[in-house]
Amino acid sequence: MTAPLSGPSDAPVVDMKDVTIDFPGVKALDGVDFRLLPGEVHALMGENGAGKSTLIKALTGVYDIDSGSITVGGSEQRFSGPRQAQDAGISTVYQEVNLCPNLTVAENILLGREPRRFGRIDYRAMNRRAKELLGQLELTIDPSSTLGDHPIAIQQLVAIARATAISARVLILDEPTSSLDADEVAELFRVMRRLRDGGTAILFVSHFLDQVYEISDRMTVLRNGRLVGEYPTATLDRVKLIAAMLGHELDLLEEIADTVAKSGPHAGEPVLSAKGIGRKPRVHPMDVDVHRGEVVGLAGLLGSGRTELARLLFGADRPTSGQTEVNGKPTTIRSPRAAIAKGFAFSSEDRKAEGIIGELSVRDNLVLALQARRGFARPLSKKTKDDLVHRYMEALDVRPRNPGTLVKNLSGGNQQKVLLARWLITDPQLIILDEPTRGIDVGAKAQIQKLVADLAADGMGVVFISAELDEVSRISDRIIVLRDGHCIAQVGTDCTVKELTALIAAGAQS
Amino acid sequence: MIKRIGASPLLWPALALIALLAVNVVLTPTFLSIRVQDGHLFGSLIDILRNGAPTMLVALGMTLVIASRGIDLSVGAVVAVSGALACAHIAASADPASAATVITAMGIATGAAVGLGLWNGMLVSVFGVQPIIATLVLMTAGRGIALFITDGQIVTTVSAPFKILGAGFAFGLPVAILVSLAVFALVGLLTRRTALGMLLESVGINPIASRLAGVRYRTIVFAVYVFSALCAGIAGLMIASNISAADANNAGLWIELDAILAVVIGGTSLLGGRFSLTGTILGALIIQTLTTTVYTAGITPELTLVFKALVVIAVCLLQAPKFRALLSRKRRPPTHVTPASDAPVQSLSVPVPSTSAMVTK
Repeated sequence: MTAPLSGPSDAPVVDMKDVTIDFPGVKALDGVDFRLLPGEVHALMGENGAGKSTLIKALTGVYDIDSGSITVGGSEQRFSGPRQAQDAGISTVYQEVNLCPNLTVAENILLGREPRRFGRIDYRAMNRRAKELLGQLELTIDPSSTLGDHPIAIQQLVAIARATAISARVLILDEPTSSLDADEVAELFRVMRRLRDGGTAILFVSHFLDQVYEISDRMTVLRNGRLVGEYPTATLDRVKLIAAMLGHELDLLEEIADTVAKSGPHAGEPVLSAKGIGRKPRVHPMDVDVHRGEVVGLAGLLGSGRTELARLLFGADRPTSGQTEVNGKPTTIRSPRAAIAKGFAFSSEDRKAEGIIGELSVRDNLVLALQARRGFARPLSKKTKDDLVHRYMEALDVRPRNPGTLVKNLSGGNQQKVLLARWLITDPQLIILDEPTRGIDVGAKAQIQKLVADLAADGMGVVFISAELDEVSRISDRIIVLRDGHCIAQVGTDCTVKELTALIAAGAQS
Repeated sequence: MIKRIGASPLLWPALALIALLAVNVVLTPTFLSIRVQDGHLFGSLIDILRNGAPTMLVALGMTLVIASRGIDLSVGAVVAVSGALACAHIAASADPASAATVITAMGIATGAAVGLGLWNGMLVSVFGVQPIIATLVLMTAGRGIALFITDGQIVTTVSAPFKILGAGFAFGLPVAILVSLAVFALVGLLTRRTALGMLLESVGINPIASRLAGVRYRTIVFAVYVFSALCAGIAGLMIASNISAADANNAGLWIELDAILAVVIGGTSLLGGRFSLTGTILGALIIQTLTTTVYTAGITPELTLVFKALVVIAVCLLQAPKFRALLSRKRRPPTHVTPASDAPVQSLSVPVPSTSAMVTK
C-alpha cells in the first residue's frame, strides 16, 4: 500500500507499524502503518471517525495500542501515559489551547522548567529565555503579558513555543487553524515552516483542504480505521484525495449547484426585515432582509461581525439600534424565546458550548427546542416523540441510528445534524446557520449543504455563515459582505469566489 | 438483564444500604422486627424512616438545585427560621392547642421559607451570583434571623395538633415519613411525567445552549431554589414539631451537608445535569441508617463522624468511574461510536413536520 517515496532519505523519526486499537465493538485502528520524517509537514487526512484522533492518541500515549509497534527516534516505545510520549520528544498542540490563561506568556512557555535562583523562580531569566524562544520563531510577544489577554491565535503560537522549549522532535498540531483568520493562519504557517526547516517533524490535521495543500509535504489518508495510503502532496490532487478519503465519488456538490440554479432568484415575501440593526461596538447599523426561499450568506473575516449580526437577528444579544419586521409586522425580538415564537431558529458556530446538550440522549436533544416552546406542562407523548425522532434521524442520516446514544458520543458531523434536526422539528420559517459545516467531514458537509439548498427551495428563509467563501458563494442567493462590523456590499449569485475574496481583501486593506 | 442492573447507577447505593442493614441485623438480631403497639408500627426500621424524613425532604429539594448546576447551603438556616416562626406564633397565641393556630403557624413558616427561596433564586438567576456564595449569605444570616425571632431562647410549645407532623402516626406509619414520601412522589411525577426533568437537566448540563434552544433558563433556576427552600421549611416544621420546641442554634445544623451527601451518594453529579430522585432517597436512608448503626453498635461518639466518613467514602469511590475501571482492570476510555462511512453519501430530505406536535402559540 505504501508507495515508495522520493524525498528526504533520513530515517523516520516516528515509525508506527501495524498498529491496532480495539474498542468494544469497533476497531478504531486496524493494522495501520504511519511514518513521520524529520523536517516535513505531514498531513493526516480522513473523515471524522476515520481514526485520525485515535492514531494521534496512540502516538501521544493517551491510548494503549493492542498490537503493533511504535518506534520513536530509533527505539521502540511502549507509552503508558502522555508524560512518556513527551519525554520521547513528542509534543502536541490541541485545538483547544491547554495552557493556563491566568499566567504570563513566559510562565506558560517554561512551566515546570522555570529557571531558578536561590531556590526561587528567577523571573528575569525566565522572561529572557522566553523571549529567546519566541525570537527563534520570529515572534514578538511580550513574555511578561498575561496569556489570556491574547487572542487564540497568539495563544496557539505560545503553545508551539512551549513545545520548542521542550525541544520537541515531533510536533502534533490537531486542527490548529479552525478558529484563526487568514492572517493568523499565515503567521502560523510561517512558524511551522521555520520549525520544519530546523528539522522538526510536524504532524498536521486540518479540515481545510486549501491549507493542507499549502503547507504539507506528504499526507497519509485513513478510512474506517484502515490505512488508504501515503502520498507526496504534489502527486495527489483534490479529487483523488477526496476520493481516497470517502472511498466513493462525490456528485452531491454538483447537485447543489443545480438546486440553487433551479430555484433561481427568489421573489418571496420578506420573512425578516431589519432596518439599521446594530449593537455597539461590534455591529454598526445595517439593513438585513431575508425573503422566503432565499439563502442569504454572510461573508467576512473572523471578527467582521458575521456571528454578532446573526446573534442580534435571533435575539441572543439585544440590538442597541434598529427596527425589525417579521412577516411585515413590526416586532421586537428581545430573547431567543421570542425569536423562536416567531418561527426563527439559530444554530451557533460553537457546537459544543452553545449547541448540544452533551449528557442528554439524541432523542432529548432533538425534541428540546420544540418541547421548550410547548412548555414543560405539555410534554410530547412518547409516541409523538419516537415518531419525530425516528423520522428526522432517518431523514438527516444521523448515525448511529440509536436515539438513546448520548449526543457527546457522536461525531461532529452527526452532532451538527442533530442540531439541525432539533430546529427543523420546530418547523421554522427562518433558520440562521452559523458555520454549520465547520470541523465536520466532507461527506456530512455535502449533505448539509444540499439540505440547506432544499430547505430554501421549500420556502424557508436561510441565513448562512461560513468562513469558507466558496461554500458561501455556492449556496447563497445573495451575500452580505461584512468588514469590521460594517456591511460593505451586497452581491448576487453572479459574484465569483475570486471577486468575493477581492471585496473582503480590499476591505481588509483600507 | 444482569448487565442492565449492573449498569444501573442505583446499584451501589442500594447494595450499601442492604449491607448496612445486614450489619445491624448481626449486631442487633431484633433489628428488623416491627411490632404493633396502639395501632402504630414500632421498631428500628420505623425509627430510621421517621428520623430520616427531614433529611430526605431537604435532600429532594437539594437534588433539583444540584441538577440545575447549583447548590443550596442555606437549607439548614431555613429549617431554623421555619421552626422558630412556627413555635413563636404558637407560643404567643391565646389558644396554642387549636388547629387554626397551628395551621396559621405552618402557613407563616412555609410562606417565609418560600420568601427565602425567592431571595436565593433572585440572587442566582437574575443577578448571576455563584450559587455557593449566594446561598452562603442566607446560611449565615438565616440562623441569625431565627435567633432574633426566638430572642436567643429555646421556644417550647404545648400543642397537640402541632405534634402530629413530627411525632404523629397515620395508617400506622409516622406522619413525617408519609409527608416526605408524598413530596417524593409528587416531585417524581412532576419531573418525569412532564418535560420539567428533561428541561432541568438540559439547563444543568449546558445553560447557554439551553437558552438558545428557548428553554426558560431563569424561571427554572428560580423555581428550584424556591422549591428547595419550601422543602427545608417543611423539614423545619417536622423537626420543631418532633421536639415541640424551636432551637434556633441547633435545628437543622449541618443538614445541608447531609442533604448534599445524600444527593451525591444517590448518584447525582455535583456538576449538574442528570439527577436521580430515587438515588437521593436511598442516599438519605443510608445516612440515617449509618447514624442509627453508630448508636446501636455502641461505637463511641468520638468515632461517630469517622465511621460515617468511611462509609461515605466507600460509596462514593464505588460510584467513581475511574475507581470502577481500576477494579475491573480495564484502562480504556469510552469509545466514540464510529459511523460506518462506507455507505454511499445519501442525500438528506426534510420530512413534513407533523402538525399534531406543532400546536403552539
